[in-house]
Amino acid sequence: MAEMISPKERMKREQVPMSEQCPGERKCNFKEVPLGYSREQAIYEAQRCLQCKNAKCITGCPAEINIPEFIKKVVEEDFAGAYREILNTDALPAITGRVCPQEEQCQKYCVLEKQGKPIAIGRLERFVADWARENNVHGEISKTEKKGKKVGIIGSGPAGLTCAADLAKHGYDVTLFEALHLLGGVLVYGIPEFRLPKSIVKYEVEEIKKLGVKIITDYVVGAIKSVDKLAEEFDALFLANGAGAPRFMNIPGENYNDVYSANEFLTRSNLMKAYSFPVYDTPIKVGKKAATIGAGNVAMDSARTALRLGAEKSYIVYRRSRKEVPARTEEVHHAEEEGIIFNFLTLPIRILGDKNGNVVGMECQRMKLGEPDDSGRCRPIPIENSEFTIEIDMVIDAIGTSANPILARSATGVDVNRWGYFVADDKSGSTTREGIFAGGDIVRGSATVISAVGDGKLAARAIDKYLSLGKSLRK
Amino acid sequence: MYKITKKEQLNDVIYSMWIEAPEVASSVQPGQFIILMISEKGERIPLTVADFNRKKGLIRIVFQIVGKTSDELSKLKENDNLFSFIGPLGMATEIEKYGKVITVGGGTGIACIHPITRALKEAGNEVISIIGARNKNLIIMEEELKKASSQLIVTTDDGSYGRKGFVTQVLKELLEEDSEIKKVWTIGPPIMMKVTCDTTKPYHVDTIVSLNSIMVDGTGMCGSCRVTIGGETKFVCSDGPEFDGQLVDWEEFSNRLTRYKGLEENSWNEFKKVEHDCKCGRRTE
Repeated sequence: MAEMISPKERMKREQVPMSEQCPGERKCNFKEVPLGYSREQAIYEAQRCLQCKNAKCITGCPAEINIPEFIKKVVEEDFAGAYREILNTDALPAITGRVCPQEEQCQKYCVLEKQGKPIAIGRLERFVADWARENNVHGEISKTEKKGKKVGIIGSGPAGLTCAADLAKHGYDVTLFEALHLLGGVLVYGIPEFRLPKSIVKYEVEEIKKLGVKIITDYVVGAIKSVDKLAEEFDALFLANGAGAPRFMNIPGENYNDVYSANEFLTRSNLMKAYSFPVYDTPIKVGKKAATIGAGNVAMDSARTALRLGAEKSYIVYRRSRKEVPARTEEVHHAEEEGIIFNFLTLPIRILGDKNGNVVGMECQRMKLGEPDDSGRCRPIPIENSEFTIEIDMVIDAIGTSANPILARSATGVDVNRWGYFVADDKSGSTTREGIFAGGDIVRGSATVISAVGDGKLAARAIDKYLSLGKSLRK
Repeated sequence: MYKITKKEQLNDVIYSMWIEAPEVASSVQPGQFIILMISEKGERIPLTVADFNRKKGLIRIVFQIVGKTSDELSKLKENDNLFSFIGPLGMATEIEKYGKVITVGGGTGIACIHPITRALKEAGNEVISIIGARNKNLIIMEEELKKASSQLIVTTDDGSYGRKGFVTQVLKELLEEDSEIKKVWTIGPPIMMKVTCDTTKPYHVDTIVSLNSIMVDGTGMCGSCRVTIGGETKFVCSDGPEFDGQLVDWEEFSNRLTRYKGLEENSWNEFKKVEHDCKCGRRTE
């Protein structure tokens, strides 16, 4: 067992960096970029944890992981124990360990953050989950008494999976409906292999299946059966179908052949594995010069995917400045290392095409920043007579998503707001119809995996409470 | 898994299959489509439903060999399974009692127009169907269409069967001699649908087309199928597949259908080569 080290020594140590594939190499492959901690690195990093009595890091974790406790077990080299500690509250540790913006959550609250060297909680979580997977260590299947109550969950993304796992652990009979042929939602269609290997998603989904969750894929709720119909068959429902509809800029030329929504581009590459075409049958076409519009995480994923698929130049076009970029710092850093070119304060106003509909360029306008707007970010203002054309041959719109109406229009009494998102209580996920709960992006709009995990947890708790009171959707 | 319970070759290039998909069959309506995948490595292809049997839980699909996936699909046998089969997708046809209506089908569009024709007749309409193809051999589902409609007119470009000429010529004659025609549905190759719309335009008869765009998920998630309708972008998968044909931007629609042409040809050629090399005795061309 590794030693506990003195507080003084702990404070002295620097955060252990995680090694990565070098940029020149990785921009030509789809393998994961960060390589993870070794056993020694994990222990060395874990030893830095001050084991605060009143651990603030936990308050920053929507998955409610007992962070000091699992880190203590890492120091003790009880990795199986650490894994089970995490699994108590987070059913997707290898996933959240990779894609959570820890710098804005747990690590932001770490006492050592003030010195600029918070404990690398995410990396440790990832290490523990990977270790368990590689060493065939599993969570315990609880022997909770069956409650004899049926809960239907719509959507198998992070919110749905989390809610399913929590409820199954409590003895509920859970059925998970997925519209696509694979489970995972945005984890499989949205996030690229180089950030989140699909074998890892599959593994954690399999672990959840072992809890006894019934899975129905290829099932479009709203098309086969309405939410109203399912409400007659289940005691409670959780709607977590994500905000799957792509947004476009509504500028001229946006329907030319080589203009993709990020959803289409990433779904082709990630879910359908178009990067392995023609071994996989789904094609994807990438130009020599790709422009991705937007600067969120999805934009970074798109621009980096375009590069890996053969684009010689991959641009990010963003109407605000570097300071307002919504993507994680780490993602921007990775993108820049790989040679993604950032065009800030640039607004596309027209996509240019030839007579066959192929993209040949994009007309843009220079912007300057004005006063902060409703979002608190500086409002971009067009500079007059600053139009210019960039030579590109493909465009990826990564400016966000909106609500897909198929599910909502089949759910009587479940109110949506003016953007089509379900109105739900942020503490419980309760919608305007008793017994129906909602969470994840279909409530929040485009948010993060971890906020969806958090919503799944809250809804599971609220559903348990609702059903424990003897209530049910079924008459 | 979704079992192929019956397979038929309708002509050299068109096949019909009945697929076991009880959930889809229980809720499908005329005009809707499904998306299938042959295997885990397959692509997702949309096909408009040609027929359904709710009691037996079956969906009929009719497809023409146009590339690798349809070629591979045509080689599956009865009792083989499809990896994925989702639906019913898209909006159903607006079936009402209109009076006298015409349905026009060309190629595999004949199969797609079939359940719509039947439903229109069941709703009390007098339905004249016009189906056409290049020659006699390419005419499919004649018996089904005869049964589904009040009157069936068959055309072939070369005159080898039925009336010689295009479906649109017959359509024009009907519109010319009967001012009571309330609505026209047309499904077939884009050029046929466009010419049908051009034909009906001077007569101011509502003309509905069913578009067969390239799709991925088919549920409104990716926008691959987007098309301009009356100056507005719509998704074929979730807003359609049926639209007012007079409002469709046909040039854009046709361009977008060619997005993966080169890649698709390469993939099909590879597939044919492998087939040939393995000497399994199956058709290579």
